[in-house]
Amino acid sequence: MAAMSKIATGNGHGENSPYFDGWKAYETDPFHPIDRPDGVIQMGLAENQLCFDFIKKWLIKHPEASVCTAQGVNRFKEMALFQDYHGMPEFRRAVAKFMGKVRGDRVKFDPDRIVMSGGATGAHETVAFCLADPGEAFLVPTPYYPGFDRDLKWRTGVELVPVHCESSNNFKITRDALEAAYVKAQEANLRVKGLLITNPSNPLGTILDRDTLKNVVGFINEKNIHLIGDEIYAATVFMEPEFVSISEIIEEDDVECNRDLIHIVYSLSKDMGFPGFRVGIVYSYNDAVVSCARKMSSFGLVSSQTQHLIASMLSDDDFVDDFIAESKNLLFKRHKYFTRSLSQVGIGSLKSNAGLFIWMDLRKLLREKTFEAEMELWRVIINEVKLNVSPGSSFHCHEPGWFRVCFANMDDNTMAVALSRIRTFMLKNNEAMVPPRKLCRLSSLKLSLSRRMDDLMSPSILSPHSPLPQSPLVRARN
Amino acid sequence: MGLLSRKATCNSHGQDSSYFLGWQEYERNPYDEVENPQGIIQMGLAENQLSFDLLESWLAKNPDAASFRRDGQSIFKELALFQDYHGLPAFKNALVDFMSEIRGNKVKFDPSHVVLTAGATSANETLMFCLAEQGDAFLLPTPYYPGFDRDLKWRTGVEIVPIQCTSSNRFQITAAALEEAYQEAQRKNLRVKGVLVTNPSNPLGTTMTRDELDLLVNFITDKEIHLISDEIYSGTVFSSPAFVSIMEVLKDRNLGKTEVWERVHIVYSLSKDLGLPGFRVGAIYSNDPIVVAAATKMSSFGLVSSQTQYLLSAMLSDKKFTKEYIAKNHKRLQKQRSKLVAGLGKAGIGCLESNAGLFCWVDMRHLLSSDTFEAEMELWKRIVYDVKLNISPGSSCHCSEPGWFRVCFANMPEDTLKLAMQRLKSFVGSIAVNDRSHQELKNSRRKFRTKWVFRLSFQSFHDREQDER
Repeated sequence: MAAMSKIATGNGHGENSPYFDGWKAYETDPFHPIDRPDGVIQMGLAENQLCFDFIKKWLIKHPEASVCTAQGVNRFKEMALFQDYHGMPEFRRAVAKFMGKVRGDRVKFDPDRIVMSGGATGAHETVAFCLADPGEAFLVPTPYYPGFDRDLKWRTGVELVPVHCESSNNFKITRDALEAAYVKAQEANLRVKGLLITNPSNPLGTILDRDTLKNVVGFINEKNIHLIGDEIYAATVFMEPEFVSISEIIEEDDVECNRDLIHIVYSLSKDMGFPGFRVGIVYSYNDAVVSCARKMSSFGLVSSQTQHLIASMLSDDDFVDDFIAESKNLLFKRHKYFTRSLSQVGIGSLKSNAGLFIWMDLRKLLREKTFEAEMELWRVIINEVKLNVSPGSSFHCHEPGWFRVCFANMDDNTMAVALSRIRTFMLKNNEAMVPPRKLCRLSSLKLSLSRRMDDLMSPSILSPHSPLPQSPLVRARN
Repeated sequence: MGLLSRKATCNSHGQDSSYFLGWQEYERNPYDEVENPQGIIQMGLAENQLSFDLLESWLAKNPDAASFRRDGQSIFKELALFQDYHGLPAFKNALVDFMSEIRGNKVKFDPSHVVLTAGATSANETLMFCLAEQGDAFLLPTPYYPGFDRDLKWRTGVEIVPIQCTSSNRFQITAAALEEAYQEAQRKNLRVKGVLVTNPSNPLGTTMTRDELDLLVNFITDKEIHLISDEIYSGTVFSSPAFVSIMEVLKDRNLGKTEVWERVHIVYSLSKDLGLPGFRVGAIYSNDPIVVAAATKMSSFGLVSSQTQYLLSAMLSDKKFTKEYIAKNHKRLQKQRSKLVAGLGKAGIGCLESNAGLFCWVDMRHLLSSDTFEAEMELWKRIVYDVKLNISPGSSCHCSEPGWFRVCFANMPEDTLKLAMQRLKSFVGSIAVNDRSHQELKNSRRKFRTKWVFRLSFQSFHDREQDER
């Protein structure tokens, strides 16, 4: 029997990672407020669901944005036939403008360098195909998005070498760590072709400061390797400090940089909440890469129907300005509510100002400081607390006990349910500390009460490291 | 300067081929009835532009599908978030029904065997990644679609070995040709993983006979290899003989659930049948669950936009519409093809008898100054620059005999086709009269030829030499 390829029959697709196991648990028993109130709540999916009402209002006012409505159908045929891999000029102009606005117009993007791809997934694979041959390697700081193992390695044959970052300095990327990874690659006989950074970071939710960025640019120039900046979360920076893009750093006077080494991967999946529309972008400062990536984009062009919609939407300056502000505002509020509620029950997380998730610190809940213990805790969270969260090990984190927990992919009610489950769990964990009488009262509390408690929150927020979290429920009763 | 990959610096993307250069020339000087009546008429683009009115009138009658609504309710959010690589179930169901309908309902397809991809371009590449290692080979009958050189080989490292077909038997696949190709691969130390055919054929416009299909099934059974049937033009079969799908043959021979059943895979797309190349809707259909599973995961690199899936699920679920569309589309294709054939006939040019596709395989061997590919290139350049028609030379399709050209007819209104045929007639007429002055013309034109045009004739020679080696 004719065999299939090794690529097809191997595990390079990465789906045997625990990152996906949680998804499977969710899929067999998904939470629904009415039909399945005890189901698993999905907190492992980094989706931005907060702005749909805002976008829908715009759509209703602009039926011509669809080539299929009476108002837009005069362009139907043209769009239906348009398969030019250069992409629609209006689409590229609109995306370039949007990218500029997201960066506070501190930098301009050239529409002719905008290359389409099948989502950021397709963009990453394309960039890997352009920059590296099979057996060559990219350096990637940990923790990193599990999908990179598939996107950058699977069909390309490229290797990934981790740059280890530690909680001791908030997972900052240090020059030492970069050098160590580079040496390790060489020792393994791997030729390093580039460094991939995700900024803002997934899963950390933090942005790289100016110094780190300059360090990184200095490093890649010195080694003459490529720098790929995945800026897919650029518009999700909801509070200070302000986002600094690679595109800005290379313009600075004191930065020496060979622009042929600089490439950005982008997408509308996170910033706008449109993962279904598959709008991925490769933006390179290297003409040869633009040209090659453009030819490769044939394997994942953006549907012209979608290009037209996006071009219409993102050409509307007022809408874009309002959207960026509104999105930040909603993310800020949700993040604040979530992190505050967590800290009240003694759960801390890495201080973050971006992304659709937090990097939750559950090290103190581990039976021991091992990844086995992390997996045990994770199974408890999925099976008992009924929340799908993502264990740090699936992000190649060097230290056990960290979990990525998404907060922007659900409505307020679901968020409240998730929080009440977390509270219940944390209280049970500290059962010995809480008198049994009050425990009975806890189980009969309604959702609305737990919401009100947040409003009653005293300014003296509990330290996340407090061994004896005083139950806010107890406080409310008094 | 940081080095790029070998893939980025080679030219396996195939874009130096004359197929694409003709496009470029057209883009410099495109015909427009009003703005540029002397421009080049595009006859190198296999697009179906004859039935848009049917699509547009459906859209007018179905405003919900057009604007992210279902039963009057907005489903925008649901669609914007939908990135499941299993695809929208309603769309896959509608798609397999449509595929069945095109095949006269003689075969039924299972939606769980379908993998959606960003166009057939992506489907073909994905199948290569699934079925072959770098350095393995697939056998393809010539002439074949030039894009295969990129889609099947570029990033996968897979090789193509041609199955030489000739005009002596209307370019049909023979057992001898199959065997010869297989031996050729062995001589080159290439492990053959399968055969890929396009049925109906691009560029021939013919459907494969049952005998050919039986031959293929026997061959892949004997060699224990895969068969990919690219059936992207299956909905363009406008006259008899009726289309026979490979699935039908397997079914008729009771090969269901056998080993060979799982080694047959179909590629499909809505780019030709519905005329929607911009929407990037491709599909792989396989009877092997492992292929389906692997290809599904790979489709992450090129999913179909959920917006598009939803629109088309509504359209293709409308059985009244699909029935009417298929019938009317066939009629229009047949009519337009007849006009092309008649026009060619008036110019003393014949073409391969065909019953499908959006093009004709035109025989201009008698117009060649010599029976060589160089002469074919000379003729092609004249047709592009002097006659101002962009057609595709057979050499770009790896045809083994010089003098054949693919000429598209479905991407223009009747008037433009008429004009194109008039130009061709004048050209042919002038050849006979001005044979001697044509030689002078050739010499003076040479002065104006840019470097890349010279490279063009050399390139296609060069490419072919590599194939023959």
